[in-house]
Amino acid sequence: MEWIADLARNLAEIAPRWNFIWLYDPVTGGKILSGIWMTIKLAIACLIFSMIIGVIGAWLQGSPSRILRAFVNGYIQFFRNTPPFVQLLFFYFALGQLTPVVTAPDGWTVQPIITNVGWAIISLSFFAGAFNVEIFRAGIEAVPESTREASEALGFTRTQTFRYIVMPLAIRVSLPALNNNLVNLVKTTTQAFGIAVPELLYQSVTIWNDYPSAQYPTMLLLFVVYILLVGVLVMGMNKWERQMKIPGYGA
Amino acid sequence: MTWTPDQPIISIKDVHKSFGDLEVLKGVSLDVMKGEVICIIGPSGSGKSTLIRCINGLNDVQGGSITVEGIEVHDPDLDKLALRKKVGMVFQQYNLFPHKTALENVMMAPLLVLKRDKAQVEEEARALIKKVRLEGKENSYPGELSGGQQQRTAIARSLAMNPDVMLFDEVTAALDPETVKEVLVTIKDLAAEGMTCILVTHEMGFAKEIADHIYFTDRGVIVEHGPPSTFFERASDPRTREFLSQIL
Repeated sequence: MEWIADLARNLAEIAPRWNFIWLYDPVTGGKILSGIWMTIKLAIACLIFSMIIGVIGAWLQGSPSRILRAFVNGYIQFFRNTPPFVQLLFFYFALGQLTPVVTAPDGWTVQPIITNVGWAIISLSFFAGAFNVEIFRAGIEAVPESTREASEALGFTRTQTFRYIVMPLAIRVSLPALNNNLVNLVKTTTQAFGIAVPELLYQSVTIWNDYPSAQYPTMLLLFVVYILLVGVLVMGMNKWERQMKIPGYGA
Repeated sequence: MTWTPDQPIISIKDVHKSFGDLEVLKGVSLDVMKGEVICIIGPSGSGKSTLIRCINGLNDVQGGSITVEGIEVHDPDLDKLALRKKVGMVFQQYNLFPHKTALENVMMAPLLVLKRDKAQVEEEARALIKKVRLEGKENSYPGELSGGQQQRTAIARSLAMNPDVMLFDEVTAALDPETVKEVLVTIKDLAAEGMTCILVTHEMGFAKEIADHIYFTDRGVIVEHGPPSTFFERASDPRTREFLSQIL
């Protein structure tokens, strides 16, 4: 691997705008790695929470209570019709002021109980979750009423019907749209930059602020990393889709 | 009210049901004794499907009363689970769970609703699948089965709950003529074992052969009823005669 570092060092000499500094400098290299790791953690946490929000929201939308349905619809309207970046800033700066503080690990300072990483996860999960509710709702509506009636006639409760019959079928219908939304979610995690979450974009910007010569290579790296991350997600989703395929069902 | 076998297992009295402004049932009454096979026939839109859907609470009624083994189905506080343990239902479109195999379709309700032991449920489910002559299809998904096979799976699924009454809602209407017979044979076996059956059907020949009692409905009322022999030979109401002349 040493030859890669040498190559990068030599390239920086002859082409000053193409300083792949993180290939030979351990400090910036470490920043990139920790940025990628933070991005992955953010993405996974948001994927999981947004899907949970999607399922719960879709379930509540079918609730007999008008208030609950109105609540879910209000939630969707708010998060779907406002910019996710503004939501993030609002969550962190406005709601962040209202939450209690705890003593930081250093024992001296205090920090809010929900950190900026926490707010990024909450805000992005609610944002993507609003879309997931609609995606799952479309899937649920594709399950024939008669299938639901059959499970009702067998004595299933509403919850059992939802969990064992409606949701497994709805997920299959929803997967292509869900795939799209989750791809968007992974890319939207870069907005956590705005509240100083040390994810990949944040780390990259600190690197090229320190070393302007590393700006182009670092931007290039951003593209490559996101292509790979989204590629892995899409591969996983496609595999899931294939596994869920039922013989003789659907096209 | 406790039910004893000398009383009708199903008792329907003056039942009214409307969908919006459309009155579908305009005062229907009928009694079914345990072990009886009842066929309800009549033109489309006469309310026959709605009537049997009311019996297991899929549709609620607006007037009159329905009791099944003493359970008051018209009661707004009806314990639907108790009712559905007693009443099985088979639909025109089979309505199997497409993501579950034939065996899983049969096992699901006893496992989830009755919370019974899995090994025992599986043994019974395999026996039921054998009974509806689908041995070897246990692990097939509904999409891999023919219409007749799906419908027989649906019958097995309903029987797995060990009901006292079976409702059949035009169960052969979506099948091609060759497969109709295999489903009818299955129902006939059930009837022969003493299962109380209520069938909504257009299969007049089958109704004649299997039914203890035939009800003819038209525009939300029961126009005429009787045992098959008198019903088909000496229908008295002109509406019944007209219907039969078009069908037979």
